[in-house]
Amino acid sequence: METILFYVLAAVTLLSAVCVVFLRRPLHNVLFMILTMIGLATLFILLHAEFLAMVQIIVYAGAVMVLFLFVIMLLNLEEISLPKEPRPLRWGFGVILALALVVVLFPIFSHFTPSVMGKSLPGAVGNVSNIELIGTELFTTYLLPFEVASILLLAAIIGTVIIGRKLKD
Amino acid sequence: MVTLEHYLVLSALLFSLGMVGVMFRRNLIVILMSLELMLNAVNLSFVAFSRYLGSIEGQIFVLFVMVVAAAEVAVGLAIAVAVFRQRGTININDISLLKW
Amino acid sequence: MIELVWLIPIFPLIGFLINGLFGRRFSEKTIGWIGAGSVGASFVVAVSIFLELLNMAPGTRSIQKIVYSWIWSGDLNVPIGFLVDPLSIVMIMVVSGVGCIIHIYSIGYMHGEIGFRRYFSYLNLFVFNMLILVSANNFLLMFVGWEGVGLCSYLLIGYYYEKKSASDAGKKAFVVNRIGDFGFLLGMFLIFTVFGTFNYVDVFAAAPERLTQGGNLVTLITLLLFVGATGKSAQIPLYTWLPDAMEGPTPVSALIHAATMVTAGVYMVSRCSVMFAMAPVSLTVVAIIGGLTALFAATIGITQFDIKRVLAYSTISQLGFMFMACGVGAFSTGIFHLMTHAFFKALLFMAAGSVMHAMSGELDMRKMGGLRKKLPYTHWTYLFGTLAIAGIFPFAGFFSKDEILYYALQKNMVFWIMGAVAAVMTSFYMFRSVFMTFYGKSRVEPDVAHHLHESPPLMTVPLMILAFLSLVGGFVGIPVIEGAQRFSNFLSPVFAPAKAIIEHGAHHAGHHSVTAELVLMGVSLAIAILGLLVARYMYITSPETPGRIVERFSGLHRLVFNKYWIDELYDFLFVNSIVEFSRFLWKKFDEAVVDGAVNGVAAVVRTFGSVLRLLQTGLVKDYALSVLVGAMVVIGYLLLR
Repeated sequence: METILFYVLAAVTLLSAVCVVFLRRPLHNVLFMILTMIGLATLFILLHAEFLAMVQIIVYAGAVMVLFLFVIMLLNLEEISLPKEPRPLRWGFGVILALALVVVLFPIFSHFTPSVMGKSLPGAVGNVSNIELIGTELFTTYLLPFEVASILLLAAIIGTVIIGRKLKD
Repeated sequence: MVTLEHYLVLSALLFSLGMVGVMFRRNLIVILMSLELMLNAVNLSFVAFSRYLGSIEGQIFVLFVMVVAAAEVAVGLAIAVAVFRQRGTININDISLLKW
Repeated sequence: MIELVWLIPIFPLIGFLINGLFGRRFSEKTIGWIGAGSVGASFVVAVSIFLELLNMAPGTRSIQKIVYSWIWSGDLNVPIGFLVDPLSIVMIMVVSGVGCIIHIYSIGYMHGEIGFRRYFSYLNLFVFNMLILVSANNFLLMFVGWEGVGLCSYLLIGYYYEKKSASDAGKKAFVVNRIGDFGFLLGMFLIFTVFGTFNYVDVFAAAPERLTQGGNLVTLITLLLFVGATGKSAQIPLYTWLPDAMEGPTPVSALIHAATMVTAGVYMVSRCSVMFAMAPVSLTVVAIIGGLTALFAATIGITQFDIKRVLAYSTISQLGFMFMACGVGAFSTGIFHLMTHAFFKALLFMAAGSVMHAMSGELDMRKMGGLRKKLPYTHWTYLFGTLAIAGIFPFAGFFSKDEILYYALQKNMVFWIMGAVAAVMTSFYMFRSVFMTFYGKSRVEPDVAHHLHESPPLMTVPLMILAFLSLVGGFVGIPVIEGAQRFSNFLSPVFAPAKAIIEHGAHHAGHHSVTAELVLMGVSLAIAILGLLVARYMYITSPETPGRIVERFSGLHRLVFNKYWIDELYDFLFVNSIVEFSRFLWKKFDEAVVDGAVNGVAAVVRTFGSVLRLLQTGLVKDYALSVLVGAMVVIGYLLLR
C-alpha cells in the first residue's frame, strides 16, 4: 500500500515538476508548481513529518505561489512579449546534464550514509508528536538560528520594500 | 517496500529538473520557480534522512530552508518587478551588463 | 668678512627660491626688487670682502673657505668650498654688480610681460650659478656652476617659448655648449687622473712637478679645457649659438650673452693660467683662435642690420680679443678687458633694448635713424658704450684694448695685425650702428614713430651708471705710468706663477719701452678714429656709398652677410648626418624593434583575449552553469578515483 502510494505520488510530483520547467506560460508553471508542492507535502506525511507537510502547503502553496501569481498578474505579460525559450538542441543538452547530475549526486549519499541504505523503515521517531519534538528542538538547541532567521526575514521585508518602491525621476 | 534510496532518487530527479529550469529557461519568474523546486528537492531529502536516521534535526533544517526560500522569493520577485519596470523585459538574456 | 663668502651665492639662490616658489602672490614690483635686492646684497658682501683683501699683504690674498663636504668617496673628495683671491673677487664683483644693475633695468624692461616671475627667478638662478662658477675652489664645483649657467641660458633664450625661433635658439645654444662641455669634462678627468684632486690650489701647486713643461699631457689637458671655453665663450668653431641667443629678452643678452656667462671661458683659461703657461702650443692655439674669432666675427658684424646681432658678433669679437690676450700670456689684461667689456657691452645691449622698447620691438637698423632727439638718454649712453668699445681715449675700452694690442705685438706681429684690423672694424661697425640708429634722416615707420618715447627712469638710470663705469672703468689700469696699473698689480699674485713659467721659457724678459708704448697708444687711438671717420663718411656724409660698395663686391658681401654660410655648413656636415642617424634609430630600431616587441606582446595578449572573451557572455546563469559543470567534474573525479 505504502509502496504504491509512494510511486503514485512520486510520479505526480515529477510530472508536474517537468511541466513547471518546460511549459511556456507562467500561469501554467505556477499551477503545476502548486501541484508539485502538494505532492511533496503528501510525501512528507508518508515520511511521518505531518507538521512540515502542513507548513509546506501553507507557506509554499498558500503564500509563495500566490506571490508568484500576483507578480505574473502585475506584469501582465502578453504572449508575444514572453521571452523566447531555447531550441530543442539546448534542451537536450540540459536533460543530459540533469541526468549526469543525478548520476553524480546519488553516489554521494551512499558514500556518506552507508548505514541506512537499503534498510526498511524503522518506527516513528519517539513517542511524542511531531510538532512537540520540533518545537522543543527549535526553542532549545536551535534558538539562536531561529532568532537569526527572523532577522533574515525582517531584512528581506525591508529589502523588498526598498527594491520595489517606485524610483523618483 | 520503500527505502531511503527511493526518496533520494526522487529528490535528485527533482533537483536536476530545477537545475535545468534555472540554467536553460529565460523567463526570470520561471527561473525563480525552478529555484524553489531545487530547494524543495533538498527539503525532501532532509525529511527522508530525518525519517531514516531517526533524528528530528532534518526537519528543523527544512524549516530554516523554508525561511530562506521565502525571503529569497520575496526579494527575487521584487528585483524582477524592478527590472521589468526599468528595462521592460524579464528575459535574462537581455540583462547582461556583466558582458565585457 | 671673508669667512662669509658663502653668503655671496646664497642671496640669489634665496631670491630664486622666494620668487620661484611663492612669487605667485607677489606684485611685479615685489618680485623685481626681491630679484635685484638679492643680487645687490651679494654685491655688497663682495665689495666688503674686496676691501678686506686690499688691506691684506698681496702675497696672502688667497683664502679657501670650505663650507660642506659634498662628495667623499675613496680618493675623490670634493667639498663645496670657495676660493677668495683677486681673480675670483674681481669676477664676483663684475657678476654681482653688473647683474644687479641689469636686474633693476629688467624691472622696467620686462614690465607687463607674461612670465615676469619666471624671468626673475631664472635670472636669479643664473646669478647664483655664475657666482658658484667664479667662486668655487675646485673644478667640479666650477663645473656645477658652468652647467647651471648653461641651463639658465637655455631657459632664458627660450623665454618666449611659444616662438619657434626662440625655442630653437635655446636648443642650439644648449647642444653646441654640450660639445664644449664634453671637452671640459675630459680635461677635468685628465686633471683628476694626474693630480688626484680637483682643488685649484693643489693642482696648480703640483702642476710644475707632475707635468713636464711643454709636454703632451699638459698640452692635451689645456686644449681640452679650451674646447670647453670655446663652447661657453662662443669662439671658433663653436660660436654659432651666440647670435641666435639674441632671441631672448634683451637684458638676458646683456647679462648672460655679453657681460658674464660668455666670459666664463676666459675666466677658466685665466684660472688655469699655470697649466696653459706650461703648454706653449695650447697658448698659441688660444691666441690664434682668439685672434681669428675677433677678426672673423667683426667682418660679419659689419654687414648685419639687426642691432642686436651686430652687438652679438661684436661680443664674439671682443671675446676673441680676451682669448688673444690670454694666449699671448697677458692673463690679467684679458681679465681687464673682460671687466671693461662687461660694462660697455651690457650698456650697449641695454641701450639697444631701450631703443627696441621705444620702437615697439623693431630691431632692423634700416628702419631707425634720427632717434637721438627722441631718445636723448639712450642716445648718449649708447654713444658712451660705442666710444668705449671702439677704444677712444679716455673710455674704458681704450685702456684694455690697447694693453691687449701691446702684449700681442710683444709676442708676435701677426697677432697685433689681427687685433688691429679687428679693432678698426669694431670701431667701424659700432659707429655704423650709432649713425644708422641715432643720426641721419628718420626711416622710422609712421605708426611706430607715433609711439616713440624715452624709456622710464628705471631703465635709463642703470644705463647712466654703466655709462659712467664705461667712462672711468679704464682708469684702474693706466698703462705707461709705473704703478698706475692697479688692476694688473692687484691680479698679479694669481698670475705670477704663470708669468714666471712663460718668462723662464722665453729666456728674455720683454723690455719695457715707454716710447714704444706711447706710439702704440697713438696707433690704437688712430685706429679707432679711422673706424669712426669711415663710418661717418659712409653713413652720414654720403649714405649711398655702402650700397655702391655692396654692388661692387656683391659676391663677397653675400658671403659675409650670410655669415659665411657657417650655419649651413655645420648643418650639412654634422647636424644632418646626426639627424639622419637618429632618424634611422627612431624609425628602424625604436619603432621596429623596441615598439615592435612591446606592441607584439600586446597583440598576442589581445588575440588570446579576443578568443577568451567569447566565454564572457555577461549572463550569470552561464557562469553558474560553468560552476556546476566544474563541480560535477571534480566530484565525479573524486568518486571514481
